[in-house]
Parts: sequence; structure tokens; C-alpha cells
Amino acid sequence: MEGLPRVQTSAPDRDFKKAFAEALPPLTAQEAMVEANRCLFCFDAPCTHACPTHIDIPRFIKKISTENLLGSARTIFEANLLGATCARVCPVQELCEGACVLGKEHKPISIGRLQRFAMDRIAGRERTAIVLAASTGRHVAVIGSGPAGLSCAGELARRGHSVTIFEKRTLAGGLSTFGIIAVREPIEIALAEAQMIQSLGVKIETGAELGGNLSLADLQQRFDAVFLALGLGSTPALNIPGEQFIEDGLHYVERSKLDPANISRGEKVVVIGAGNTAIDCATIAKRLGAAQVTMVYRRSAREMTAYPHEYDFVKKEGVEIRFLTQPMRVETHDGHVTGVVCIPMELDPSSAGRALARPSGGPEFFIPADQIVKAIGQQKPGLAAMLGLQTNGGFLRVNEHFETSLPGVYAGGDCIRAKNSASTVMAVQDGKLSAAAIHERIMRQAHG
Amino acid sequence: MADLSIDFAGIRSPNPFWLASAPPSNSGAQIHRAFEAGWGGAVWKTIGPPVLNVSNRYGSWNYAGQRMLGINNVELISDRPLEINLREIAEVKRIWPDRAVIVSAMVESKREAWHTIVRQIEDTGADGIELNYGCPHGMSERGMGAAVGQVPEYCEQITRWVMEAAKLPVIVKLTPNVTNIVQPARAAVSGGANALSLINTVNSITGVDLDTLEISPSIGGKGGHGGYAGPAVKPIALNMLASVGSDEIARRLPVSAMGGIMTWKDAAEFLLLGARSLQVCTAVMHYGYRLIEDLCDGLSHWMDAHGFATIADVSGKSLHRISDFKNFDLSFRAVARIDEQKCIQCNLCYVACNDTAHQCIDLISPDGHIVQPYSYAVDSNGKHQASAFRAHPRVREADCVGCRLCYNVCPVDNCIKMVEVPSGRESITWEQLTQSNPAVAEDWEAMKEYRKKMGIHVH
Repeated sequence: MEGLPRVQTSAPDRDFKKAFAEALPPLTAQEAMVEANRCLFCFDAPCTHACPTHIDIPRFIKKISTENLLGSARTIFEANLLGATCARVCPVQELCEGACVLGKEHKPISIGRLQRFAMDRIAGRERTAIVLAASTGRHVAVIGSGPAGLSCAGELARRGHSVTIFEKRTLAGGLSTFGIIAVREPIEIALAEAQMIQSLGVKIETGAELGGNLSLADLQQRFDAVFLALGLGSTPALNIPGEQFIEDGLHYVERSKLDPANISRGEKVVVIGAGNTAIDCATIAKRLGAAQVTMVYRRSAREMTAYPHEYDFVKKEGVEIRFLTQPMRVETHDGHVTGVVCIPMELDPSSAGRALARPSGGPEFFIPADQIVKAIGQQKPGLAAMLGLQTNGGFLRVNEHFETSLPGVYAGGDCIRAKNSASTVMAVQDGKLSAAAIHERIMRQAHG
Repeated sequence: MADLSIDFAGIRSPNPFWLASAPPSNSGAQIHRAFEAGWGGAVWKTIGPPVLNVSNRYGSWNYAGQRMLGINNVELISDRPLEINLREIAEVKRIWPDRAVIVSAMVESKREAWHTIVRQIEDTGADGIELNYGCPHGMSERGMGAAVGQVPEYCEQITRWVMEAAKLPVIVKLTPNVTNIVQPARAAVSGGANALSLINTVNSITGVDLDTLEISPSIGGKGGHGGYAGPAVKPIALNMLASVGSDEIARRLPVSAMGGIMTWKDAAEFLLLGARSLQVCTAVMHYGYRLIEDLCDGLSHWMDAHGFATIADVSGKSLHRISDFKNFDLSFRAVARIDEQKCIQCNLCYVACNDTAHQCIDLISPDGHIVQPYSYAVDSNGKHQASAFRAHPRVREADCVGCRLCYNVCPVDNCIKMVEVPSGRESITWEQLTQSNPAVAEDWEAMKEYRKKMGIHVH
């Protein structure tokens, strides 16, 4: 992040590829075969129900076991064009694998890794596994090339529509490219997935920003429909003294993917927050060689938004988590961070729903640190008001067909999803269902 | 502690497990190691006329990640010179006097040739002779092996020639590649054999290579039928063992049985259907001689648990239960019952019953209603919703014919039980029914009438 004091600028003295290698190695063909054969091939399988995109999981796994890898990839793509990303970033413990009937007494099938195997084996040839309908002559604009945008664009292309994605950044892929730690998804995978969507005929224009060099009214003129996959805004302010010395977690993750050799590397790192991005930030700091990484969270373990398996993961990385801890101000010396002053908190028993924290009245304490990163969630999509769209709790309001308050303008992904209901795979499903609704609308218009 | 020793037609061994005449019993050095591992005996790989072997002689049938469920071979009889085999047989027998050393032999169908080989074998000090009437490939093209075993007259004739010369116990090894194995078995009895062994390998082609379109395995671009063995053939072997054991003539001879024995459980089943000695090949080809330890250990524990003191006590204990369809009780009724506590809701029983059997398993929602598969909402997801919504299978017992398909496909041990329920009808067999009411076998109207009278509903 420009303007921030660099704690330590070092030459790439370690093998970043190794430090950020995917947490789980790919399955070998033999491992995949053994695992695929372990699948019971349940009927009306619970894993398929649990998958937000309802991939026919037993079917794609059975096809791995019969060495029909093309058919396996096709089965995944039928339900989810972003199978390669989802295989890596999905919280499978909460979804497919969490529902596996073998999970109760045995080990669930490694569905995520099998899907990754099928996707890796089709990499570069995905087009052979996806059938495109004849051109309809209809045009759709998609704003944002994150998972929701790519999914919607690909599904529309599959139906024969001409799709242009407008992406404000210089690289496509959105969260997959910039916001998912390389340990979970290397940037090459995210970029290749965007290219795969392009291979279906989708155009991606980068550097094109809605509200900047693009206007919604103009897009509505030029296209038969518009799909907004805006994602979320930036990290909110903590509003504490010394905040300018705190690094933004989203930028921190981004730099670890795009430019790991020049990332700020602290010896003692404090990460503020306990969501999945905070976990990612702590993991990066640890992988970069920090001696001590401490996460601080104002509430308790019960309220943290990180998935339990992510929490387990980061504990194994050697990260300490201090609950009921509220940062109050950043201490510096000669423009260098020396630590953060915190106060102890307690849960307010009278708060309804997810418990709120309040100061317990205990004394301030100091956590020494030479780098502080905040990952305390993202602001709601900022464009709604400017675009004249109705919102719901700050998120874009859509009806059951993913249509916004403007006819012909649809939206999906994180920009419509209330907190804790957003994830890559949900965004993919939103994109898919939106594409079906958009198709319905523009074909009705075509024939009407 | 059960006594595993046997006396098989005068051949004694400390346990019933013999290496079958096959690659694991190819040489003195191998059999020496097998005896060190604990094998009770070995049937020496068939000795006979000169042969030459080919490469890629073993083919494997794999399924769902399991290797060598079946093995196919086109290996011939021993390709080592006769005098070397005879010398090693004598050496092994000298070193291992307590183990059974049986020599398998196959020669030209000439009386003199058989007399000669019998004398040569007996000079080694071996305990018995096995006549290989089963080898289905190569040797049969030269008029030996299965070419003999498939023609009862040849089988009887050659056995007679052998018995003219033999002083040792003679075992006739039968081929399964016949319509009815009882015929060659009876021929062996007529020829004067002392015992039978079965089954030799089954004619088979392992497969076709889908890349090259060659037969697999490819022998220089060609392939052909070989002899099939291994766990896949066990049910075939059990049936043939039971057929011979149920025949009033063939059952006069003790049977050394083989065909897919991989574990002590398989061994116990062969014993229960009448085997008096057991031979093993594929299991050893896959895992080595060390298997003998658990074969003996497991069998011994099982015998102790059932109060069987000796192998002879076990032998044939279940044979009297072998019968024909016409003798089965038509009034016997069982239904499938699913233990809902054990059920993991894979619902394989549901699809098997629905697509194959009698459509008598319903899917029941957690709140107790019959539901259709895939009936969840498209926006429903996550493990909690998936498990909260997950339907479980339940048998409609009134419609269940007790076919047992669900029981067979269920992946959870003891989850589905076949429960005997009263049919409310007097016990009756097909034979009894058709004797008293012959029309039911010929006329659907009569059958319908009978069913109506008995309250038998077939839907």
C-alpha cells in the first residue's frame, strides 16, 4: 500500500513459490482413483444438495473412477463453470464434504481435491467440455469479472449470447485473482479461469469502471441486459489514532499474490479481525517468516466469522488469537510501528443474536508489533446510490430473479449478499441463476 | 486348539493348505521357502513333455481399484527339464518329511508314457500324484490337459492306465470347462482314482486394450483364451465342489478343492461344502507365501469358536443344505428391514429397489412424509440443510418380496437385515405343489387360482 512506511524491504530471499504453495498438493492419478472408488455413489446425494451450485458430485467422481475425465469435467461445468476456483476455495467442510455420508464414522470423500483433479486434467482444453448454443444475436454487459461476473458471462455465452465483461482493474478474476491467498488459490488458476470464460466467446474489457468511464445508462442503451457483479467496497476505517500506520488486509493479500518480493514483512505482526481474510493475512505474515503473529478480535471465538476449519488451520500455522481485545491506538517511534494499545472487552449478555462486545473496564495493555494489518470486513457496495438502485441493508436489492429495481439490470454475488451469506460458490450460483433469468427475459423480448 | 492336520487319501499334512500346482510351486527353492512359511503341502507344478513359454503370460482383471480380482494365464506346464524337477522333488521331500509333496503330471495320451511318468514320480519319494486333466490352453491343443478332462472316456481311460502303475495315491484334477463336472468326476471314479481335485482354471479372455485395440495382455500383438483363477472364480468353484459332493458316485472320492481361496473364510466355506484338503494359488501369486499364517490362524480360531476339533469335523458340514429349486420352501418369507440408527442415507437400497426390484422402498423425510428424490429447493445448500432435509429409506414390508437386493448393495454392515416373517401358509415345495396340482405349472389361470386361494400377491 503506497505511502505506508516499509518495515523491512528485502530482496526475494526465500522461495515465495514454496512459501505460498497450495496448502494441499494435487492428487496423483493413483490417489484420485483410490479416492474416487471409495465414493459410494449415493443416490440423490447429500453432497450435491449441500453444494450451492448442485454439482452432480457422485457422477463426476464416478467418471474419474472410470477414467472418463472429459465427462467428469463436463459434469462439473454443467453446474459450475468456475469448478477450478471452487475446488480450491470452497469451504468444503461446511458444504459437500460436510454432508458426505461417510463423514459420520469414516473420512468423507475428498470431493474438493477430486474436483480439482478433474479441473486440472481439463486445464487448457475446457472448451471441449462445454457446448455452446448457436448465436442469438443478443448482447449482455457484465460489470465485474469476479466469480459472479465470470459465471454469469459464461452461462450466457453457453446460451449463445454475446457477452462483454467490464472490469475496472487491469487483471480479470476479481476476488479469485486479488483476494484469495495463494496458499488456497494461485493467481495463475484465477487468470486461467478468466481466459477459459473468454474462450467461450466472452469479451473482457479491463480498465472500464462503472461510474468512471462507463455509465449505466449508456450500457442499458447498448446492451439487451446488464448484470452487476460489483463485489464489495474497501476495508472500513477503525477510527483509532495511528490508523495511517495500519496496512489494509485486502492490499496485503493482493500484494502477496502479485508482488510477494516487495511485500512489507514484519517480525511481530498484529492482525486485527477474525474473519477469513484476517486468517489469510495472518497466514501470509507467518509464511513470510514473522516470528510472532497475533490476531486480535473484540469478541469471542463463538462470534468469529472465520470457518472452524480456517481457525484450525491458522492455529496450526502457529498464530496466536487474542479474543475480547479491542485495539485503541497504534504506537510508533520515528515513524515505525512499535505496537498497539488495546483494552479488554466483555460480551454484552443483553445483546440479541450475535453477542456484542463492550469494554470490560480492565486496564489498557500493549502488544508489541512492527506491522499491523486490519481485516475487519468490507464496506457495502458504494455504487448503489449513484446508480439509483434500491438497496436492502446496504446491499443491492434484487427480486427472486436477481433483477434490481431497474428492469433489465440484474445483480449477483457479494454485492447482493448480506454478511455471512457470501462466498465464491454462492457468487457462482448467483451468476448462473441470473444468467438463466436474463436469458428468459431477452429471449422473451426477442420473440415478443 | 483345533487340529488342522489332515489325512487325504493317505497323504498326510500338518494343515489342509497346499500350494496348487502352479507358478508358486515351480521349483524346489520356492517350495522350500513355502514350507518354511508353514504351508502344509505343495502340488508340484505339472511336469511332463518339453514346452516353451511366452512373455506377457499373466493377465489381470481389476475392478474399482482392486487388482487381480481374477488372473488369467497362458503359462504352460513346467518349462524346466524333467530330471531337474524330479531331483528337486526328491530333495524337498527328504528335507520336509512331514509335509505333503504331490506331483502334478501330464503326458501324451499313451499308456507307456503315463506308466513311465508314474514310476519316475514314485522314485522321488513324493506322497502322491495329481493328474492334470485341466490345463485349458496350449497343452490342450496338444491333446493333453483339458482335452482329456473334457471327455469322460479319455479321463477314465488314462486314469485306468495310471492306476495300473501307481502305488501312491492318485488325485484326478478336473477342469471346470465342461457342461457338468459330475461326468468327468464319475469317470475318474470308474478309472479307479483315489481322489479328486477341482477346479482347474476357467477359459477366459482378460480384456481388450482400449488404446491399441489389442487383446490384453498382448503377446506380440496376439492374445487368446487362458485359464482364469482368483477370487472372481470362487462361487463357480464352490458350485462344482458341491455338485461333486452331492453326486452319489462322485462323492465316494475325497476332494482337494481350490478356486479363489484368498482367506481362511474362503477356506472354511470350501471345507463346509465337502473339501478335505485345500489348494491355493492366486492369493500367493498376489501376496506371497506369508499368507499361510492367517489362513491357519483364522481357520483355527473359527474352528475353536464353533467347537470343531478337526478338519474332518468341518468337512461337508453344510453339504446337506445344498438342494435344488424344486425343494425350496415356497412358503418361506423374509423381508428387508433397515436399521435407521445404522443407516447413513446413501439411499443405494432405494435406487436398487426402485430400478430393479419391487419398488417397495420409500424415501421418508425427517418429518415423516414420503418424498421424491431431488425435491429440495435450488437455493437450499450447505451441510446443515442437506442433512436436515435428508430423506431415509424405509421398506414397505407388505410389498417386499424379500429379494435381498437392498441387503446386498447396502454398504453398512448389519444395517439391512433379512427378517423371516410368517407367511401364514403351510410349508410346500414346487415339487410337492406340482405333484398335487400339476396344472399350476402349465396354465396361468390355474396358477392365478392357486395364488388367490393361498393369498399370494405378486405385484
